[in-house]
Amino acid sequence: MAMQPAPQPRWMRWVDSRLPIFGSMAHFNAYPTPKNLNYWWTFGSFAAITLVVMLVTGIVLAMHYTPHVDHAFDSIERIMRDVNHGWLLRYVHANGAAMFFLVVYIHIFRGLYYGSYKAPRELVWWFGIIILLCMMATAFMGYVLPWGQMSYWAAKVITNLFSAIPLVGEGITTWLWGGFAVDNPTLNRFFSLHYLLPFVIVGLVVMHIWSFHAVGNGNPLGIDVKSPKDTLPFHPYYTVKDVFCIGIFLLVFAAFVFFAPNFMGHPDNYIPADSLVTPAHIVPEWYFLPFYAILRATPDILFINAKLAGVIAMFGSILLLFLLPWLDNSKVRSANYRPAYRVAFWLFVIDCIVLGFCGAAAPEGIWLDISRIATAWYFFHFLILVPIIARTERPKPLPFSISEPVVKTAARA
Amino acid sequence: MRLAIAAGLALATLSAAAYAAEADKPKSESWSFDGVFGRYDRAQLQRGLKVYTTVCASCHGLRQVHYRNLVEVGLTPSEAKAVAAQKEVDEIADDGQIKKRKADLKDRFVSPFPNVQAAAAANNNKAPPDLSLIVKARENGANYLYSLLTGYGAPPADWKEDGKPKKLDTGQHYNKYFPGHVIAMSPPLTADTSVEYPKDGPKPTVEQMAKDVTAFLAWAAEPSMEDRKRTGIKVMLFLLIFVGVFFVIYRRVWKDVH
Repeated sequence: MAMQPAPQPRWMRWVDSRLPIFGSMAHFNAYPTPKNLNYWWTFGSFAAITLVVMLVTGIVLAMHYTPHVDHAFDSIERIMRDVNHGWLLRYVHANGAAMFFLVVYIHIFRGLYYGSYKAPRELVWWFGIIILLCMMATAFMGYVLPWGQMSYWAAKVITNLFSAIPLVGEGITTWLWGGFAVDNPTLNRFFSLHYLLPFVIVGLVVMHIWSFHAVGNGNPLGIDVKSPKDTLPFHPYYTVKDVFCIGIFLLVFAAFVFFAPNFMGHPDNYIPADSLVTPAHIVPEWYFLPFYAILRATPDILFINAKLAGVIAMFGSILLLFLLPWLDNSKVRSANYRPAYRVAFWLFVIDCIVLGFCGAAAPEGIWLDISRIATAWYFFHFLILVPIIARTERPKPLPFSISEPVVKTAARA
Repeated sequence: MRLAIAAGLALATLSAAAYAAEADKPKSESWSFDGVFGRYDRAQLQRGLKVYTTVCASCHGLRQVHYRNLVEVGLTPSEAKAVAAQKEVDEIADDGQIKKRKADLKDRFVSPFPNVQAAAAANNNKAPPDLSLIVKARENGANYLYSLLTGYGAPPADWKEDGKPKKLDTGQHYNKYFPGHVIAMSPPLTADTSVEYPKDGPKPTVEQMAKDVTAFLAWAAEPSMEDRKRTGIKVMLFLLIFVGVFFVIYRRVWKDVH
């Protein structure tokens, strides 16, 4: 099924004999991809396209934005009102951040369901987690740039977390701020880093893709590719499928940008930052709510005060994912063949959604109780439930090859 | 996972709606700018501009809007110039002295106070907010603003806080829709408010004026709204065709794969 490479023009051969650039591109075209990938596998390409969209809009926005506490808010309004299609750039960029997290979270849940973190793809998983961490840092600093009320208070709350670190905490916070309060130096460095980190993410994405191109894609059955019959060349099969799916993704994206651009934002961020007026409720963007819930749910634990414990739990909830390939040592990858793990997976999905609601609500009364239970479940899932299931579960029999179940279905029809 | 997407989107709504301080739910009005095909009503915006300049502008600024933008509301350039000319701005003259000159199309709307401190000093130590973005800076913006402007009244007879009967102090007003019900702004639109309305249009009742000025401020907060929605419809149509074409190509390329 491999495509016959078209004869190259002379200049291409000239380049290739010195730097095999076009030869490497041919690798992507012919890259053997399991033929049974379902639609959940297209979310990776959504994330890639969103990253490109964010870079392009971000670079143009930076041409018009002024990183100064006295001018940042007004420069954003200037973009919205006077820059040609500035409103489009800004709304695409702001909603793009939310769409980026939406598709990446689905991409991660897909990985959790189909065991994409297991050998030999542990490095793929690790690069993915590092990308997530960089995305979070980038999104947070980007949110600060408009210098609205939520921007300012988000910066204050999040940087203050570091003061929970014993002994050096206060010093670290002052160092992060570049002064004794969140002020112009803070805004300036956030702008600088917000511009830098996306390019770090691009590098990490290259590593992420490289590390599964070496061992091959996973697939919904979770079994290895046995023969060329199990695969299709990436182009044209997955390029057309991805382009079709990206079209659907862009429909959703565009619906937000053009018809509900502020739906996911907070109205308070249209009020200029004011260090003397605390908003009634400081809430992060929706994609940080589950982590915000974990942060606020954690009580004093032994000699660790609640603030430090919350910070540890919040960062721990992500760092924990690095250990997942060893916490879950079941040889079977796909949850389709792991009845107990599949139940645990869906409970975990529900748990994350519940945590999201907890993050949005005030941390008092019933919501505090729920967030504590949900936080406990989050850690229980990874540290106890998953290892026990992996070691005791009896998986269903696996198909012999990727082609086999398909052949069977065809025979039955 | 479809569930997860739905829940994720629900979260966004919840995060915005979860906290409402003690206040009545705003009235739900219909606006010309609602919905996918929503447009601003130019006549309404012009009436709203009149209400703003006659009433609101004595305390509230509109500094993100420039006088030149009034052309988008349907004024001719000379009419917009006339609106600008009612105000003065400082300018450094060639001799280095600060001189007053009439505001012009290139200028921002002139704020009623020279700075925040002056605004606060003249208003019980709380500066009246600039109105440029007020509709976007409040939950359920247009409905909230309209409700607030028409929500004044006497406090209920059994008004209580923490079990104790509550009363208004001087400089305080009762408003059903303001969080906590106590607002410092005196009722801006009353039966005595006189704003000159065009003869062939609606009468300047409190409701009508509130509605018009809200529409005007909705425009001020989001002047690119019409452009955005128009572009959006084209983009959606393009994407639908794009998806359709690629669906056919996708099925054709894959038809022999089993």
